[in-house]
Amino acid sequence: MKKIEAIIKPFKLDEVKDALSGMGIQGMTVTEVKGFGRQKGQKEVYRGTEYEVQFLPKIKIEIVVPEDMVKQVIEKIIATANTGNIGDGKIFEIPVDEAYRIRTGEKGRDAL
Amino acid sequence: MKRLIMYGLLIILTFNVLTTTLYAEESAPPPAKAISASEVQKHADFVWTLVAAFLVFFMQAGFAMVEAGFTRAKNAVNIIMKNMMDMSMGALAFWAIGFGLMFGVTKTGWFGTTGFFLNDFARDGDPWTLAFWMFQVVFCATAATIVSGAMAERTKFVAYLAYSVVISALIYPVFGSWAWGSLYKGSGWLEGLGFIDFAGSTVVHSVGGWAALAGAIVIGPRIGKYVDGKARAIPGHNITLAALGVFILWFGWYGFNPGSTTAANTDIAIIAVNTTLSAAAGAVGAMVTSWLMFKKPDASMTLNGVLAGLVGITAGCANVLPGSAVLIGLIAGGIVVLSVIFIDQVLKIDDPVGAVSVHGVCGAWGTLAAGLFNAGGVTLKIIGVQLLGIVACFLWVFPTAFILFKLLKATMGLRISKEEELEGLDVGEHGIEAYPDFQIHPEAKGVRI
Repeated sequence: MKKIEAIIKPFKLDEVKDALSGMGIQGMTVTEVKGFGRQKGQKEVYRGTEYEVQFLPKIKIEIVVPEDMVKQVIEKIIATANTGNIGDGKIFEIPVDEAYRIRTGEKGRDAL
Repeated sequence: MKRLIMYGLLIILTFNVLTTTLYAEESAPPPAKAISASEVQKHADFVWTLVAAFLVFFMQAGFAMVEAGFTRAKNAVNIIMKNMMDMSMGALAFWAIGFGLMFGVTKTGWFGTTGFFLNDFARDGDPWTLAFWMFQVVFCATAATIVSGAMAERTKFVAYLAYSVVISALIYPVFGSWAWGSLYKGSGWLEGLGFIDFAGSTVVHSVGGWAALAGAIVIGPRIGKYVDGKARAIPGHNITLAALGVFILWFGWYGFNPGSTTAANTDIAIIAVNTTLSAAAGAVGAMVTSWLMFKKPDASMTLNGVLAGLVGITAGCANVLPGSAVLIGLIAGGIVVLSVIFIDQVLKIDDPVGAVSVHGVCGAWGTLAAGLFNAGGVTLKIIGVQLLGIVACFLWVFPTAFILFKLLKATMGLRISKEEELEGLDVGEHGIEAYPDFQIHPEAKGVRI
């Protein structure tokens, strides 16, 4: 079992969600986050003074999937969230020990 | 405590006895009679003057929204309280002292000495006293509230309350008596020379603007505004709210300028047209200037531009032609952008909302323009008197306000503590946040502190 954490551009969320639902992913957790990478924020001007917005808004998607789907899901996210510009985001793959469904107590693959 | 309650009861009782004796003589209504044309005109004058006063009153909401929008979320409650209280404290101070100084009978032409506490209005007195007072009190509140924005995000609330009383009771009315005293029982030296300031570019806006300048200088910049001698941006938290405030102010100005006829006559048409054209031209002037300077049409500067156009036409709205109003507004819109940059980056005076530029500088420009574009012709004398009025206003307001703020600094303290400034005045001064259910993102502001 793996957790996939994808940090993407906010306006790409719908596309990525639809693509993942289309391949059978049944749930995900989404958070509004802020951060910077190599893109290093952006310059804005307020009343004639330039300033740097260092943390840009992004969306973090968290999905836990069985091992055999990991590669597929990551490829799908890369394909849909890509604009070719800086600031497209990053994906992290993290091992998960166990998963439980709170309502029934099911665990493992059944709980996903 | 018990004594206080006793005194309170005593006052209420006396009041009751007084009013019952007064109204005991009430008799049956007089028989109906034909109403003359002059009486109809008189009633129309009352209605127009009072409706205009209510429009000007609503400008308080506009100021509150502009100032709140241009400053950070952590200080929004404080801005609201300052705007609420400079109107409220100011109205009481103007009633008690200011109105008498501004419009009372005068021997010298420098200030009036009658009509304090509205005491020249007795029962069955001329209700025009009340209508006129109502129109003037909201003008006084407009001058007072201008300072709030320039000193935003760092001023002690109690010191601001004290300031509100002094400007409404003394600083504003004394200058007002020089230029407008004869509108009622006074007669000022400046108006005697032929000074043109129909609705108050100088009397209201420059007075507020120069007091704001004194306040901003004495209190110093906000923490984080100037780092290593360089001006930094501290973006306001809600440009939408600021824009609503500007629309409200523009709307209220239709009371401010056309209402200054204090008569229901046909002059209000050209005054309304001039006001509209100058505001529109001010927006265009500021937008184009900011576009050229910063490569983008700056929203907050364009909003300031509307106000600059409005302040600019306020003096001459009744004596210039519509084409001139466009020019006055365009120039005001350009001036306000340059002035904001100059005060912010060269003089390094921190005025978060641009109050000094909009009201002080454009007020002076509007006063000069009222002479330059006078439809009845321009003479050197007219220009000279306009300049004299501009200078007299600065020389009266700036030093008195400067001394006032220095005095407040030395006694009750003018500025909040560093910790409170960083945390926000809402919690420190008022114990409540403006947006408790919202997530505030300090990291999005571009300013680390």
